[in-house]
Amino acid sequence: MFLSEQVSKELLSQYGLLIPEGRTAKTPELAEAACKEFNAKRYVVKALIPAGGRGLAGGVKFAATPSSVREIAENLLGSTLVTEQTNEGGERVDAVYVEAAIDIAKDYFIAIALDPGTGSPLLLASSDGGVEFEQRSRMDEGTVRTHLLAPESDESRAALEGFLKEIGIEGTTAIDSIFAARRAFCENDMTLLEINPFARTATGDWMVIDAKVLLDGNTIFRHPEFETMAADLSRPESELEAQKNNINLVKLTGNVGVVANGAGLGLATHDMLVDAGGDPANFMDIRTTAKSFDVAKGVELLLGDPNVKVILLNVHGGGMTAADTVAEGINFAYSRSERQLPVIAHISGQNAEWGIRILRDRKVPVETFDTISDAVSRVVEIAR
Amino acid sequence: MSILLNRDTKIIVQGLTGKTGTFHTEQALAYSNTQMVAGVHPKKGGESWTSAGGQSLPIYASVGEAKEATGATASVVYVPPAGAAAAIEEAIDAEIELISCITEGVPVQDMVRVAEKLRNSKSRLVGPNSPGMMTADECKIGIMPGSIFKKGSVGVVSRSGTLTYEAVYQTTVAGLGQTSAIGIGGDPVKGTEFVDVLELFLADDDTKSIIMIGEIGGSAEEEAAQFLADEAKKGRSKPVAGFIAGRTAPPGRTMGHAGAVISGGKGGAEDKIEAMRSAGIVVSDSPAGLGQAMLKAIG
Repeated sequence: MFLSEQVSKELLSQYGLLIPEGRTAKTPELAEAACKEFNAKRYVVKALIPAGGRGLAGGVKFAATPSSVREIAENLLGSTLVTEQTNEGGERVDAVYVEAAIDIAKDYFIAIALDPGTGSPLLLASSDGGVEFEQRSRMDEGTVRTHLLAPESDESRAALEGFLKEIGIEGTTAIDSIFAARRAFCENDMTLLEINPFARTATGDWMVIDAKVLLDGNTIFRHPEFETMAADLSRPESELEAQKNNINLVKLTGNVGVVANGAGLGLATHDMLVDAGGDPANFMDIRTTAKSFDVAKGVELLLGDPNVKVILLNVHGGGMTAADTVAEGINFAYSRSERQLPVIAHISGQNAEWGIRILRDRKVPVETFDTISDAVSRVVEIAR
Repeated sequence: MSILLNRDTKIIVQGLTGKTGTFHTEQALAYSNTQMVAGVHPKKGGESWTSAGGQSLPIYASVGEAKEATGATASVVYVPPAGAAAAIEEAIDAEIELISCITEGVPVQDMVRVAEKLRNSKSRLVGPNSPGMMTADECKIGIMPGSIFKKGSVGVVSRSGTLTYEAVYQTTVAGLGQTSAIGIGGDPVKGTEFVDVLELFLADDDTKSIIMIGEIGGSAEEEAAQFLADEAKKGRSKPVAGFIAGRTAPPGRTMGHAGAVISGGKGGAEDKIEAMRSAGIVVSDSPAGLGQAMLKAIG
């Protein structure tokens, strides 16, 4: 679960990190009015989209007066931003964030992630912060340095101080800020916290100018607040709907709807389809614990997607879900839908034959194949 | 021979009384010689559990009590995500040798705590988010379908559940059969890694060849390939076939397993495949070719 820029920054400010004053606005008029709610010599207007790379794509603009804030907001709102991190269609700008522009002496990059080796919080830092950071770090792996960030103690403070000095970050407040960020990371079950830029201001403060947070979606049971915090993020409606039914759906741009049980089988099916020249409309893992109702919901979402021309089903019955359970779910979705898209299926494992029989008997327009390769070839043929 | 589990393994179930625990314990009892000996539930100690087929298991209030009373050395965890880490920790405290966690959706930071505790313990954890493990014709822990197994010579280790079944099924069809199949699970922080299982398979006399199934994300496959290459230099090697899922996945999106994300140019499929091939592993382009790849690796 991603948190938007302003929610990320507000969360960090609760832990004592400094953030610029700002307001969210959904119309140009509200953007102009927001300027009166805080003191600033200059303003910055940022397009709120759930992807990075905005700065280079024209989604961040400076303004000297409230009226030019309005003009910029007018141009950004309703436009579509295509950045390195969005898909080809880009992301529509439905809101902007108006913020006090800060006089920055120098930009740095810091992030906290879980170290794959030890599982402990790992600090990543670079003296090359700012909008082009990602491009630079890709060209030169040495841009980013890493440091295992132990819980705060005299010892770990000294270690952090030594590490930061090499990057050019000095002073107690910077160290305080980074330990505060560590507390925010651990207490909120984050899997990634990125502060870029982490800026030294002209007045010598350390400030979070932009931040991105990734939360562990599996911890909602102990963080019920996550649901509303992440709610303003634009994940497609269908993905959220699928999640409610324990289905893992990722929307893509092609025309072949894909249903698989198990994440690995889903990934492998995606690979085979792309290799054969097909274009997946989605990734869908109905999990090996799915009940027929869950499956029905997932298939319903595909039947309701106008991009989908044909459905590829790759199921290995096992876990809690035998193949007949999957077939019942598909049948249920088809019985309630006017749109009867062809289903090309490879069904194996527990109760496979029974599952195939259910689909045929109930008049689901299904073609079954003994191998997934044959099923994939057929689906590509129909999708063309 | 086999690895980790066999007909003598006595297993307790944490989370037996729930729907998932009940279903899979019935399946395990029905498989070959599997010895499910007890359940654990903090509030139901002293009661008993009865399967649909009429078999009864005693329930103890703690893992320690269950171990004491039954001599169990293994535990399988079906406890829901909120309590799964605590259940694993209880099993570690009771010095259970082999803990298999099936639960999907355990918080990463909980697993970080568990991983720390495992480091100085007498326990091995397999999972979480794992289908469990099987030794053909002997013992079943977890949720793999028993019907596709056949006693034989291939060791299977996998990060993905359904692809494990695919590999098992194909080696059965190819007439090779399996010694053991171990699902290490798809989460980024887990108990047992590829390298650990590969070491066991190399040491097991009955395992003549190995299938290894990985996914994008992380660097466990690269480490496994390096391990196999290093061992081969010492003269320890067996034919290995492999597969990596997610070659065509768009970067930055979580597709299914939390561990399966390509981030910052790391964890991509091509690097993994390259590392595996240079370690002499026959890598199949599709899961459908795993059986053939295995036959080719054996030569």
